[in-house]
Parts: sequence; structure tokens; C-alpha cells
Amino acid sequence: MSTLAHEHDHAPSGLKRWLCSTNHKDIGTLYLIFALTMFFVGGAMAMVIRAELFEPGLQYVDPQFYNSMVTVHALVMIFGAVMPAGVGLANWMIPLMIGAPDMALPRMNNMSFWILPFGFALLLSTLFMDGGAPAGGWTMYPPLVLQTGDAFPFLIFAVHFLGISSIMGAINIIATVFNMRAPGMTLMKMPLFVWTWVITSFLLIASLPVLAGAVTMLLTDKYFGTSFFDAAGGGDPVMFQHIFWFFGHPEVYILALPAFGIISQVIPAFARKPLFGYASMVYATASIALLSFVVWAHHMFTVGMPLKGELFFMYATMLIAVPTGVKVFNWMATMWRGAMTFETPMLFAIAFVILFTIGGFSGVMLGMTPVDFQYHDTYFVVAHFHYVLLTGAVFALMSAVYYWLPKWTGYMYDEKLGKIHFWLSAISSNVLFFPQHFLGLAGMPRRIPDYNIQFADFNMISSIGGFAYGLSQLLFVYIVIKCALGGKKAKDRVWEGAKGLEWYVPSPAPHHTFETPPKLTKEMLEH
Amino acid sequence: MAAKTDIKKTSLVLAAITVLMFGFGYALVPLYNVFCEITGLNGNKAISVVSETESSEIAQDRWVDVQFDSNVNGDLPWRMKAKQINMKVQPGKFYEATFTVENMKNNDVVGQAIPSVSPSQASLYFKKSECFCFVNQLLKAKETKDMVVRFEVDKDLPEAVEVITLSYTFFRAKAGNS
Repeated sequence: MSTLAHEHDHAPSGLKRWLCSTNHKDIGTLYLIFALTMFFVGGAMAMVIRAELFEPGLQYVDPQFYNSMVTVHALVMIFGAVMPAGVGLANWMIPLMIGAPDMALPRMNNMSFWILPFGFALLLSTLFMDGGAPAGGWTMYPPLVLQTGDAFPFLIFAVHFLGISSIMGAINIIATVFNMRAPGMTLMKMPLFVWTWVITSFLLIASLPVLAGAVTMLLTDKYFGTSFFDAAGGGDPVMFQHIFWFFGHPEVYILALPAFGIISQVIPAFARKPLFGYASMVYATASIALLSFVVWAHHMFTVGMPLKGELFFMYATMLIAVPTGVKVFNWMATMWRGAMTFETPMLFAIAFVILFTIGGFSGVMLGMTPVDFQYHDTYFVVAHFHYVLLTGAVFALMSAVYYWLPKWTGYMYDEKLGKIHFWLSAISSNVLFFPQHFLGLAGMPRRIPDYNIQFADFNMISSIGGFAYGLSQLLFVYIVIKCALGGKKAKDRVWEGAKGLEWYVPSPAPHHTFETPPKLTKEMLEH
Repeated sequence: MAAKTDIKKTSLVLAAITVLMFGFGYALVPLYNVFCEITGLNGNKAISVVSETESSEIAQDRWVDVQFDSNVNGDLPWRMKAKQINMKVQPGKFYEATFTVENMKNNDVVGQAIPSVSPSQASLYFKKSECFCFVNQLLKAKETKDMVVRFEVDKDLPEAVEVITLSYTFFRAKAGNS
């Protein structure tokens, strides 16, 4: 019936194209736009936080609202920005990379995206409620979180929605990769980005239902008289922390593994060398994923665990540094004696390797039980996870957007502006987060709107970095819009050294690709 | 698409894993409790009540200091006080400690006490033959009651432990809890 339309590469037009789309490229675009929007929503909240912390004392917002900002900023950035951006890239690129016509479950793909705006409508509506938005931290520890007012059920159901969306996305990705690869694309020939997403999807499927269970227990504790975490009924609030972090630590790698995949695509392209140690990269990713399920209690060393427990979780945590180190050394070895050029994607990728490693090192410090007693709940922790998430995951996502944007739009982005965006981001994010290491070591606690005047100077520097970083991201929006509207035509193989199937389709990638499986040649399968 | 049935199969397996993991989240609650009971972590051994068999082997030359701590949750209009701040006890012998609990309100209130023993490695060796905890306690308006716990410190208590704290917190009993 619609064969003719397909042959002419017809894309439906108007609102219906986006609302009812089952096309992996359209849905990928929706995910990416949604993630960018949420990046600015969460970013605006970060600006409120940094404005309040610019000087000691209470200036602009009251403490309750400040706590709401901290809580909702985290939820928005994790579930609204970084995760959907990763899923958007997966949607766009995985079918192109493995030679599939679309995702395996296109209708579910549509649903998993359109759940997100509803989930966030629930979450963000709480900002306008009596009693305010959730303010007990994104980790939702009871009994504090149970004191949330009308916003509480909205928080719980928002988490349910976001979880369901991610799980559906994960099922879709695995179903696609396992069943729809072009003949000849064996598992160990797949691009590393695809591999990291398969492993991330398994993490999502194994850990998000546990979070759903934990927040459901919170819900029944508050409204239906159960006592999972309520000491009055024989429950235990620490139990929540154990269940939450059983999800929470794999979640960390859900945010980080796709970033590893991106970097493993970008660095070989601009070093003009094959990825060093492809197989070891796959095994390192898998071992990081497996280990992530047995280290959860390193987030809660100070709750009063027995010595043996603390030792186990400390050693298991240290062990993760091994496969992560394998990855970092492989990236370095890929660059070693490569004919490197430094276009914007490569700049972000190199910054990722350096800055993510700094975050990794502070993570090793936090993983050591005895010193964690000093660092716990200080700005050292804040500095650590922003190095791995902002200069780590977000820089990798930026790198990916610059890398594939010409393939999506058919035009080259403005390289000069891209480089300016990179340098502004790289410098300001370090001004923003590096001083927070010192603040944490000096004992400044996190999640508090006021601080001792001894912390004043570093906080002011940090805030200036924060505002600069926030403003520089507006440049990114300008670059993306400018590139979408026109510019120099992009070649099919946008980057001279880029490897992979996605560069064998025209730029911009037509609405339908690989409707018949491509005949793979040897060079199409190179990494 | 030739792979249609394969896709269905993969998706169903993954959906089943999702459901299983949701259940696993709930299963973690009893699993942690079993784990704590076996290892004695979290003071959970304090729950079990033993029958009193006065053992002949009393560690004559060993004295352990047992301290009593009592708290009332903010929701409960009660006052609780240990009649003795601490006791010097000999491992292997049963002792009795008394707490005075008072309802300060003009109406009947039901409360429930939750015990905890620290340090955690001592909780395996702290045994109670009689306790007022984990059951609903009714105090009439303005009533004052003495509540008794009978306990024994096991003679196998590690040498390193010289002080044990037994802590009680009274909470308002939840409706529908027994």
C-alpha cells in the first residue's frame, strides 16, 4: 500500500509526524530535543543554587526552596537530560550502525518517548504546589521524604513514569541489536557505541524495577500503613538506602557507559587509527556493569555497617577502577602516534578522557572507607559526581552531537563557533567544579543554602564558573539551530577517518535507510 | 520482516526479567532481614526471645557493663525512663531491668517499643527471656507503668566487648499493627 511512498522517501508532515512517529530517526530527534530542553530546565535550577551560594548568608531563596532546587535539579538532569539524550542517540544511530531498517518495536518506541513529557509534567508541577516541590534530595531517603507535602505522590508517580519509559527503551534496544543486525554484523564486529548501549540496556532492565519497587514501598508506607522503612512498625529506614543504591549504583553506569561508547567512536575517527583493544573494551564494559551490582553500600559507609561489610564494599569498589583503567589506557593508546586533528568532537572527547579520569580518581578516594568518613556528604562528593557526569557524560554527549550532527542535518556546523563553545565549556566547568574539591576537603557540607564565611572565596569562584558554563550552553543551541537551517553541505563520510556503517548512507540520512539489509564489505566493518 | 517472532521472543524474555526484578526489589526486604538475623548485624537478634535456662557456667571473673537508653518518638506523648542507668552483669546469668513509662495525655494511647543493641557484634550475644518490645502497650490516660526486660549476656561474648548498650524507642503504634 505504502510501498510507493517509501520509495520516494516520503516523511509525513505536520504535528502528526511527531506525535505518531514510529520512525527511529524522528523519535531520536524528539528525544534529543527533549533532553536539551530539560538540560536548560535543570540548568536554570543550578543557576538558582549557584546564585544563592555566591555569597554566604541567605540572599535570594528560602532554604526549603533551595532544597527543592537541589532535589529537582538532580532528578531533571539524570532522568530528563542525560538518560534521554543517550536514548536519543541510540535511537538515531544504532539502526544505522548495524544496518537495520528501524528499531525492533517502533510503536513502543513512540510510547516510551511520549511518556517522558507526562512524567516531567508531574514532577515539575510540584514546583507550584502548596508545600513546595520535593526537597529531601533526589535519593528520596525516608523518613525525610515522607514529610513531603502534596508533591509526594507526584514525585513517586513521576519516577514510575520515567522508569517505565527507560525500561521500554532498553527492551527495544536489546530486541533491535539481537535480532536485526545486517548479515555479517556479528556481535564482536559491532561498533562499540552499540555494545555499550546493549550493556546499559541490561543495567536498566535489572536496576530500574528495583527503584520502582523502592518508591512504591515509600508510597504504601505513607498512605497505606505498611512499615517497610518505618521504625514505629518494625521497619528500618536504612533498608531504603540499601534498596535504593542497589538501583543507584548501576544507574551511575547507565549514565556513563553510553559516554564510553561515544568516546570509543570519536577518538579512532580523529586519531585515524583503529580503536586499540576492541575486545578488551567490550569485556571491560561488561565487567564494569557486573561489578556495579555489588558495590552499592559505598554510598552509605557512614550508616553504621560492620567492619567486614565496609571492607567488602571498599575492595569491590576499588576493583571497578581496573576495567575503567583498561578503557582509559585503550583510548590513550588509540591516540598514541595517531594522525590527530582537533575538530570540536575530538576536543570534547579528549577533555572527556582527562576530566572523567579526574572524577574517577576522586571516586577512588571516596571509595576508601576510612577517608570517606571525612568526605561523606561534603562538596568533595559534589565535585566528584559532577566531574564524572558533567565533564564526563555531558561532554561525551556534546562530542556525539558535533560528531553526528552533519549526518542528521546534512550541513556542517560552524567549526569556529564549535571550538569556542568547547573552550568556554571546558574552562568554565573546571572553574565551577574544581574549587568544590577544596571546599569539601575543608568540610563544607552539601545541600545547605548557607555556609561559614571561610568558604566564601571558593564559592564565589565556583559560582562565576557556573554562570559562565550556563551562558556558554546558549551558544550550543545557536550552533545546532544554525546547522539545522543550512550551511556547507556535509559529505556522506563527514569525517575523513570515521569508520562505521552510518557513513555509507547519504547526509542528511534519508527518512528510511537499509530497508533491504546492506551487503557488508570488509571495510564497512572496520572500527 | 523475517525476525518478527524472534523480536517477540526477546521482548517477552526482557519483560519477564523486568517483572522479576520488580519482585526482587521487594524480596530484598526479607533477604536483608534474614541476612541481619544470621549475622547479628543491625541489632536484629534483639528480636528473638529465648527461654530461661540458668546455665551453670557463669563467667565468675568477668563483668560486663550494660547501659540502658530510652527514647520516645515525637509523635507519642509519653515519657520513658530506665530505673537504672547501667548494670554490671556477669555473662551467663539472667538479670532484670525496669523501665518506667508514663502517659502524659488525658486519653488512652497505644505504643510499641523497638529495641536495638550496640555494638552490633554484641547483639548476637545479648539474649532476652522477657521483653515488652514489639507488642502493643496500652497506657490509660495519665497512667504510669513499669515495664520489665529479663536478659542474659552470653558467656561467649567476645573479650573485646566490655560495654553493651540496650536502647529502646517507643513509637505510637500504627493502626492495624499487632
